[in-house]
Amino acid sequence: MRPHTLADVVKLLSGGDPDVKILAGGQSLVPMLNLRLLRPAVLVDLNGVPGLDGIAPDAGGGLSIGALVRHADLMAAPLVIERAPLLAEAARHVGHAAIRHRGTLGGSLAHADPAAELPAALVALDARFVLEGGKGRRHVSAADFFQGLLTTALAPDEILVEAHVPPQGPGWGFAEIVRRSGDFAVAGVIAHVRRRPGSVVRCDVARLVGFGVGDRPVRFRAAEDLLMSDDDGLSIARVAGAVTCDPPDDVHASADYRRHLARILTGDVLGHALGRTDGARRS
Amino acid sequence: MIEPAERMAIRLTVNGREVAREVTARRSLADFLRDDLMLTGTHVGCEHGVCGACTVLVDGRSARSCLLFAVQLDGAAVTTIEGLTPPTGLSPLQQAFCDRHAMQCGFCTPGMIVVSTELLEKNPAPTAGEIREALAGQLCMCTGYVNIVKAVEQAAATARGARGEAS
Repeated sequence: MRPHTLADVVKLLSGGDPDVKILAGGQSLVPMLNLRLLRPAVLVDLNGVPGLDGIAPDAGGGLSIGALVRHADLMAAPLVIERAPLLAEAARHVGHAAIRHRGTLGGSLAHADPAAELPAALVALDARFVLEGGKGRRHVSAADFFQGLLTTALAPDEILVEAHVPPQGPGWGFAEIVRRSGDFAVAGVIAHVRRRPGSVVRCDVARLVGFGVGDRPVRFRAAEDLLMSDDDGLSIARVAGAVTCDPPDDVHASADYRRHLARILTGDVLGHALGRTDGARRS
Repeated sequence: MIEPAERMAIRLTVNGREVAREVTARRSLADFLRDDLMLTGTHVGCEHGVCGACTVLVDGRSARSCLLFAVQLDGAAVTTIEGLTPPTGLSPLQQAFCDRHAMQCGFCTPGMIVVSTELLEKNPAPTAGEIREALAGQLCMCTGYVNIVKAVEQAAATARGARGEAS
C-alpha cells in the first residue's frame, strides 16, 4: 500500500489488522522480511507521503526533523551540522553509504536497536518525538520512547512523524567501538554536557548515554550525578569509573568487555566534550 | 480487512532506457533487474543488505537492490553495472580492475565498480583510506581488497590524467 497522506497511513494502521508494518527506508525491515523473521500481510510504504523529509529550524535554536530524513542527508545538512553536530556525527556512523542513502531517522528510532547510534544521540540531545495515531497527536520524550529491545512507546496505530531536537551546547563527544567500519557498535558512548563556569570538569548539565550496553540507550546516571556533584577531587577518570551498566553477553563481546569499553569511552567522550567547551583547560 | 495490491504497474528508467512493467508487490529490485529485465550483472549475495554485491545507483546514489521493492522505484532512475559499461570495451574503472588483478571470482566486482563510480564522481582524487571507507560496505569473500584499492587509485589517476591534471 502506498498512501499519500498521513491520515491514510493512520487509517491503515487503525484497521485492527495486527499484521501491518510501515516501510520507511527498509534497511532494517527488509532484511527481516528476506530472512523470513517477519511475514507481515501488508506493508504500508511511507515514502509516498509528502512533508516527512524536512529539516527545519525551530524558533528556540533547535531543529524539527522529519521521520523520512535519510541518514546521508542528516549527516550532511548544514543546519544539522550547525545546530546539532552530535547528531550529524552519529548519523555518519550508521552503516555504509548505500545504507545511509535509504535508511531514515524515523525508521531507526522506531526499530529501536539498542546498539544503534541515532536512538542514543536523541536521548543525549533530550529530543521529543511527535507520534500520530488514531487518537491524534502526542509528544513523547526520547527517554520515555525507548522501552526495551526493539520496543518503543508506539501504539499499534501510531507512527513517528517528527523529532524535535533542542539547541545543542558546545560540550559533546561521540565514540564507538566497531569490529568493522559500518557495523553496529560493540559499545559506544555519547556525552552532552554543560561545564560549570569556572570549573575544569564539573558540569551543571550532564547526559552520558551508552549504546550497545543494554536493552535500549542507557544513561549512566551514577556517572552523571558524580559529574554534577560538589565532590572534591573530581576527575574524568573518576567519572568514567562510576559508569555502571548491564550489557549483553554474546558472541561479539562479553558483558565485562562491553562494560570496560563503556568506561574507557566515557572518559574519551567526556574529554572531547570538555575540550570543545569554550575556555576549558584540557586535562 | 485491508486488501493490498498484489501487482502494480511501474515505469522507471534503467540504464537510460524507459521501462514499463507490471510486477508483484513483493518483488525485490534485484530480482526485477535480474529475472524480469535479464540484467544479470547485478549479483545477489546475502539478500539482507550486508554483502553489497547487489549495489546499484538509484537516482545517482548507491543502494542495496535486495532491500528495495521494485514497486518503490516507480519514477526512479536506476543504473546497474551494465549501464556503467561502454558499448564496446571497458570503462577506465573496469580496465583498472583488470590491470590490477582486482577480481578473483568476480562475484563482488559489479558492486565494487558501482560504489567506486559513485566515489570518483564525488571525490576524483581519493586517498587509499577514503577508498577503503567507501568500499567498506562491499564484501570480497576472496579477500582481494588490496588490489581493489589499487585499481580504484589507478582509475582515479587515469581520469585525472585524461583531464590534464597532475596525478
